[in-house]
Amino acid sequence: MTTLISSDTLPAGKHWSLVMWRNNRLKLTDLEGGANVGMLFFNPLNLLERYNAPDTLKCQHTFKLTSGHCLYSDMGRIVCSIVADSFGWHDTVCGNTTKASTARKWGETSYQANRNDWQQNGHDSFLVEAAKYGLGRRDLPANVNWFSKVVVADDGTLSLDQSAAKAGASVELRFEMDTLVLLHTCPHPLNASPSYPRKPVRYEILEGPPAAKDDPNRLSAPENLRGFENNRIYQAGCCAGGHR
Amino acid sequence: MTVESPLDPAAARYRKVVPAGTYWIGVVRKGETFRIVDLEGNQAVDTLFYNADDPAEHYSASDTIREQRNIYLGAGTVLMSDLCRPLLSITADTCGRHDTLGGACSTESNTVRYALEKKTMHACRDSFLLAVAENDHYGLSKRDIAHNINFFMNVPVTPDGRLEFADGVSAPGKYVEMVAEMNVIVLISNCPQLNNPCNAYNPTPIEVVIWSAAS
Repeated sequence: MTTLISSDTLPAGKHWSLVMWRNNRLKLTDLEGGANVGMLFFNPLNLLERYNAPDTLKCQHTFKLTSGHCLYSDMGRIVCSIVADSFGWHDTVCGNTTKASTARKWGETSYQANRNDWQQNGHDSFLVEAAKYGLGRRDLPANVNWFSKVVVADDGTLSLDQSAAKAGASVELRFEMDTLVLLHTCPHPLNASPSYPRKPVRYEILEGPPAAKDDPNRLSAPENLRGFENNRIYQAGCCAGGHR
Repeated sequence: MTVESPLDPAAARYRKVVPAGTYWIGVVRKGETFRIVDLEGNQAVDTLFYNADDPAEHYSASDTIREQRNIYLGAGTVLMSDLCRPLLSITADTCGRHDTLGGACSTESNTVRYALEKKTMHACRDSFLLAVAENDHYGLSKRDIAHNINFFMNVPVTPDGRLEFADGVSAPGKYVEMVAEMNVIVLISNCPQLNNPCNAYNPTPIEVVIWSAAS
């Protein structure tokens, strides 16, 4: 059972940030198909603790992110669990569009000429949201790109599978610790659309129960069982940076 | 693809053997050539680079693999910064493939990957943190410990999206060599990991070699 706290639709090419309390959920829906949501996570009590994509991937032996997976901080703790996912394969290695790459691909725009239809990029979006919390470009690790399926060929070639786009696809995160979330709705950096894609994203913030003893994320791998134990010790206030 | 270097280590301006479990930090000037030698084979060499003239600009795994559209590093790879600018170019490589997805081991990630009781075993991120603490003239801190390269490590991705830690493709004496495209700080943790079969549970020394731009 979950209860809706707040929801809204973000247009494409925008950025936002929020603090999610532990056990609350963030559900994202790609309303039209083909959206991208760049996302980063920090511990608001110790901003030096942040989402770590390599730790997340290697401890679960995965390249893609989907339901059953946990997202880890660099301190061995679980930031959030992917508790539901109808998309199936999200990217966390490709980073963001930049001002230069956006202009090269989709042309120059400016706020002066285009107002809020300017073609914002992911890198600048994160810089703006990060600065609200005293963070800068030194603080931006590899982000998640929700709703972007990036595949790897045998020879290592990376590509974005745009045929995976699905209208109505959703992914739901349950936060396992209090977390500062930075996000943007700028296109994936490998998006090859002829014009700047403008795909809106619905978000819902939900109140729900904590992970049960037999929670599927907890049991999905022995590594995650140990990750949840690190969180338990941290929440009990007896681990580096812990609190009640 | 492997590419041999014409350079002779006897003509290098700097040579240093770096034991496992220690770090090496130093500056390589624009135009100089930097080589890492895997002396005994299958050693993980966790490496980061910074713009020596503005250390806030650091190596970016995402920018590097996205710009070359390939997850593996090797001869021809341009190592990119977070500002999407070339830091160094890999010009020779007798190993053939290097990883930049797996990151560095840490005491905290060891608890998740292996056992909670491993939390005090030596790890790369501790070497990185000691390096920046003992060399504070560079102005680096934990914020700057970005996602690194694992030279000589083989981490393939399967078609169904799994990440594998495959047997090493390196061997004693294999090396990777790169030319600096700007003045760079190099930060290496020669990996002390004792829980991973990728190095046969046996961390070993490496050598770093630098040739002046003129040679």
